Amino acid sequence: MAEMWLNMGPQHPFTHGLWNLRVKLDGETIVDADPIVGYLHRGWEKLAENRIYPQIIPMADRLCYGASMSWEHLYCNTIENMMELEVPDRAKYIRTIVLEAQRIGSHLMWLAALGTDLGSYTIFLYSVRERELFLDLMQNLCGARMTYNYCRIGGVRNDVPANFERDFDRVLTHFLNRMNDLESLMDRSSVFRLRMEDTGVISGEQARNLGVTGPNLRGSGVEYDVRKDDPYEVYGDLDFRTCFEKEGDSFARYRVRMDEMRESCNIIRQAIKKMPKGPYRLKPPRNAPKGKTGWAHVEDPRGEGFMYVIGNGDDHPYRLKVRSPIFVTVSAAPVMLIGYKIADVPAIMGSVDMCLGETDR
Amino acid sequence: MDLRLAPHAVAMSAREFVAWSSDMMEQLMQASGGKKAVDKITAPIWSWALRNANYPLHFGIACCALEMAAASGSRFDAERLGMIFRSSPRQTDVLLVNGWVTAKLRPDLRRLYEQMAEPRWVVAMGECAISGGPWYDSYNTVQGVDTFIPVDIYIPGCPPRPEAMIDGFMKLHKKINKEMKGTFLEG
Amino acid sequence: MGKLAQREGLGPGGKTGEVIAQTLVEKFPQDVKITKATQNRVFATVNKPAWLNVAAFMKDALDFDHVTAVSGVDWLEEKKMWVVYHITSYANRVTAELIVELPRDQLEIDSISNLWGGANWHERETYDMYGIVFLGHPRMERILTPDGTDYFPYRKDFVGGRRV
Repeated sequence: MAEMWLNMGPQHPFTHGLWNLRVKLDGETIVDADPIVGYLHRGWEKLAENRIYPQIIPMADRLCYGASMSWEHLYCNTIENMMELEVPDRAKYIRTIVLEAQRIGSHLMWLAALGTDLGSYTIFLYSVRERELFLDLMQNLCGARMTYNYCRIGGVRNDVPANFERDFDRVLTHFLNRMNDLESLMDRSSVFRLRMEDTGVISGEQARNLGVTGPNLRGSGVEYDVRKDDPYEVYGDLDFRTCFEKEGDSFARYRVRMDEMRESCNIIRQAIKKMPKGPYRLKPPRNAPKGKTGWAHVEDPRGEGFMYVIGNGDDHPYRLKVRSPIFVTVSAAPVMLIGYKIADVPAIMGSVDMCLGETDR
Repeated sequence: MDLRLAPHAVAMSAREFVAWSSDMMEQLMQASGGKKAVDKITAPIWSWALRNANYPLHFGIACCALEMAAASGSRFDAERLGMIFRSSPRQTDVLLVNGWVTAKLRPDLRRLYEQMAEPRWVVAMGECAISGGPWYDSYNTVQGVDTFIPVDIYIPGCPPRPEAMIDGFMKLHKKINKEMKGTFLEG
Repeated sequence: MGKLAQREGLGPGGKTGEVIAQTLVEKFPQDVKITKATQNRVFATVNKPAWLNVAAFMKDALDFDHVTAVSGVDWLEEKKMWVVYHITSYANRVTAELIVELPRDQLEIDSISNLWGGANWHERETYDMYGIVFLGHPRMERILTPDGTDYFPYRKDFVGGRRV
């Protein structure tokens, strides 16, 4: 049989971000896969050693630009754990609300990319339109659409604007109605289901061992969510369920993210009701003691994000390590691809929600 | 072929004949002012067509690519201005560089630029493409895409808003209009 | 805690960080030193020769099923490097931080990629950035820096800055 290695990338309309997926094809069936990353490597962790702690916050934004707030917050949380700071309650609630809004925004961007991959431009247009609403909310809050620079070590940069609750309420009500349209466009489309069901199957056991986390893990039946199992901010006080599906195929991963969007609306509503008054920021110390370590892990929209910092005695970090969830999921991509046809590749890799900024750092 | 040796020109190979005849036509058009006349008629039409159908390459590198995607959405709608994203570099006019370029990517990006057919333009979107951006002290990023590709338009911002990106393309339209390439594109 | 044990696909659960720390010290008295142990965190240092045995024990007997991160740290003046492992147990909801010290002139350590596939690319990245060789790794090659890079970027004696 004629076998060949095919380069899908680095310039390919389906690659979300810059990477090269080399697949070995036997006719049309994939027999091996070799992802090549590193096209976006800037040495982020080395650059962080050259900057003072607050200067790293906008850098953390640009780690995964689809979920900027999540990475800023993870970084601030790590430094707060190292310096043993307790953030004020109001800041915790604000952070939770914007984190969930960011989760919805990130999942909508994923959905837009998935639609483009499968050739359905309608899904792209619908999702981008809804995402604009959430970007407007963020713009009211912190002035930027994408790389926010909003979280600070010790809280958040500014308090919520006027009409915060009214705006969020309007957007969430409108969005939940639109979700019905969006879901029916895909769930009831037999072509979509045909392309997504039974492709890219990864079992729960394999996913756990290979380090896959987040919606990709929960799509395979493992009910683990860092927000519920190792709570941070105010997730321990809020009532929501872990969304998971059992089949482990692309359709299951898609369903997990759609359910998560609905749960995020639920979480935002609860948090807005319970938000206390008070300070939103406290002043952290400038320097960290030499050799002091700290780490934090969060439920990023793409999986388990983690950062580990070691202090230097002055205002620069000695070592700042970033664990990116998609870095590990890409290494598990061969398991999801082998045995399927090449035409299934956009559906499978689209359901994984890649963001290469955090992979290559 | 030297025609002084064969004034009747009956024994040329096909290739020689084509070269001789196109050379004759060139000189004729140039001398009689036909070239100028044709160009004067076609240049505004060609320029209108070139600038209103600027097909960028479907190539997203980093954060600015999300704003590029948002610009194709229904709120900002780049397509009404003729910007339809194409996947193959052969079919595109504009190379929109929207992210930081690393040493690993640089030869591939240069190859993409060379694969594009003329007339082609390059737009550097965002600080990283203009001058390296926040990664000014990185060992692996190129400090500006104009170190290896000629750039026509620079769109500043980190990331530039979709409106800013569309404004940058409007400036590209003005630039194409000023160039006024006629039928004889090398003119 | 009871609800945790019923979740599908995960082990029996129920061991807190303190219990895990105690079990580790009982099994490897010379090689594991516990720095701190709380209900959901364990901080320990492990000796290099025993590292693979400790990791295999954690996987088989203590239900640690997911490698969160493998990091390298370069202590230039003290002429050593650390490899810091963060390994999570879903069933017990515990994350363990294990530090293995390596002398800077012999940067080799056993690979745990054959136990947990998730450590594969983390170890490759640590090699790429620090030069620490993981023995037994199926593919010990550079991953993020371009082919032909002859330096290890994150080492402290490598001065960053523009060079391309």
